Amino acid sequence: MHWVSDILVVLLASAAVGVCRYVSGDRFWRENATELWRRRPFAIAIVGAYLLIALMDSISWVDPASDANALTSGKPRTIIDRLFVPETFTEASYSAPLASVAFYGGQPLLHPGAHLLGTDLLGRDVVYRTLKGVRVALLIGGLTSLVVIPIALLFGVSAGYFGRRIDDAVFFAMTVLASVPTLLLLIALIMVLGKGTVQVCVALGVTGWVHFCRIARGETLKLRETDFIAAARALGVRDGTIIRRHILPNIAHLVIITFALSFTALVLSETILSYLGIGLDGSWGQMIDQARNELSRTPVIWWNLTGASIALFTLVLAVNMIADAMRDVIDPRTRREG
Amino acid sequence: MAAYFLRRIGYGVITLLGVLLLLFVLFFAVTDPDDIARKAVGERARPEVYAQWKTNHGYDKPLIINTGATGAGRFTDTLLAEHYRRMLTFDFGRSDADDSPISRRLREGALPSLGITVPLFVMGLVVSVAVALFVAFFRETYIDRVVLVLCMLTMSVAGLLYIIAGQYLVGQLLRWFPISGFDPNPAVVARFLALPVLVGVLSGFGADTRFYRTIFLEEIGRDYVRTARAKGCGDARVMVRHVLRNALIPILTNVVVQIPFLFTGALLLESFFGIPGLGALTVEAIQGNDFSTLRTMVYLGALLFIAGQILTDISYALADPRVRLG
Repeated sequence: MHWVSDILVVLLASAAVGVCRYVSGDRFWRENATELWRRRPFAIAIVGAYLLIALMDSISWVDPASDANALTSGKPRTIIDRLFVPETFTEASYSAPLASVAFYGGQPLLHPGAHLLGTDLLGRDVVYRTLKGVRVALLIGGLTSLVVIPIALLFGVSAGYFGRRIDDAVFFAMTVLASVPTLLLLIALIMVLGKGTVQVCVALGVTGWVHFCRIARGETLKLRETDFIAAARALGVRDGTIIRRHILPNIAHLVIITFALSFTALVLSETILSYLGIGLDGSWGQMIDQARNELSRTPVIWWNLTGASIALFTLVLAVNMIADAMRDVIDPRTRREG
Repeated sequence: MAAYFLRRIGYGVITLLGVLLLLFVLFFAVTDPDDIARKAVGERARPEVYAQWKTNHGYDKPLIINTGATGAGRFTDTLLAEHYRRMLTFDFGRSDADDSPISRRLREGALPSLGITVPLFVMGLVVSVAVALFVAFFRETYIDRVVLVLCMLTMSVAGLLYIIAGQYLVGQLLRWFPISGFDPNPAVVARFLALPVLVGVLSGFGADTRFYRTIFLEEIGRDYVRTARAKGCGDARVMVRHVLRNALIPILTNVVVQIPFLFTGALLLESFFGIPGLGALTVEAIQGNDFSTLRTMVYLGALLFIAGQILTDISYALADPRVRLG
């Protein structure tokens, strides 16, 4: 089934190309994108690097049967797997960064001086595990948001635009979901649905769509009363066309900013889920959780915690900074020359 | 005014009924009660033990329609009706994991939870409002920029890492406070609570300060500030007497919502620092597949949130005459 994720990657990549073409074709978006790049080149480059790593870890293929290595043949492996060869690039247990002997016992290592950030309890290379976590993090934040945004837009915009019964129903659903504390609802959903990537993403989606929906509804309510919508209606434009041509482009900037902010919230909340034992396999949250007891040993084992924390911190910080800059750039009230 | 409050409370009740429906779907319809029972008594238990457990824990009725009963019993003698009746009368029954009465555990956990959440709430509020006011006073200077960068940095660290790092640095390296534990004796309880409160304040600092700063900046741009300046008010006086007082309304609405949650405790902090509160109880329920306790906690959380919303709206109406008259 490994090719499912390959197809998904191709679809996402072509969607990204499509968005890029649209952005370069529209004057408003082109200018904002240029301005954003001018203000936050480093943050954008960092996010780009993460995306590249995740991409390299998403495309996998099986080597032909003639593969001589019995450990790796027959299994789909990604580019990252091929770079590190985790099947053989391991030790017996802990080893310090760049050490040449094992952390306990002092036996010589199989790969002395090769583990940049040492190895964990099971002897796995920490750099490799950290890089594998990139894909999981982007999956949690990105895929969940990509599923949630269209649904939230559909409900939010139709509630705001059509009003009356639809609005009442959507608003009630929103109030009910918003009444349950997010973390508790998330936990309840995962316990009920079971563990696993899809289940966790669904649970995050159910708790996350309310926020998007509320923003879309509020903004649509405001737009509905504007003169240009009234003009479009007077000209006999159909509802669907008004929504597509006039309302959606006018709430797009809010959607993007909310996406960036919810992305960081999702990635951070996964660490809490990992602590509770319901997180995703191979995530940074799990690495941090597993590293909990390593700090109380003497000498301290710090590299496992450091690898995951720095990777997580850098990604969240970069996205936070881009989101902030994006808000300043797009909102004309806060846009100042700086 | 009274009509507004009544309408507001009425909508709160309807929302609560909706939450109960959501909980029913999650915990009874999606999760099979048979599964819960099997997990609790074990796969190979005798059928009568299994049936007895289901009766004791109230899982032995049909979901929505009882075909065995007659008359009104068809709809009242079901899990759905039972669920509503028990939750609305605060009859939470027994824990699925260890058979202890849930209401007793709730009573026992409330005090330790308040012990950590109240200091955390008060200190967090004071620190972030004070820093936000300070930063808003020095807006557009390097002080403002430095604090904003600090906020951004502290916001980007996972909450879990704060706890782990705090336990390591303060508890293990510096040995200022115990790493974890709790003692209800008021003379020593502060030693146990100091570290979790410190960690909690730090992890909420960035987002709160930025939020309050935005509120202050919005108020600073208003006309009354210009009027105050024009009549000769000093900068400090404008900030404290005019801006702070007017900003209290939006701050109030943000703060009142949080008050009910003080009772449900802090999930991570409690379980990490060994404080036997309601947050730790929830974590225990998650790890022990204790559905009835988790269900109760979710219900209480929602109930308190709805109460908080109503409180906010009422206090908002009392504080701001425009809402009251409008």
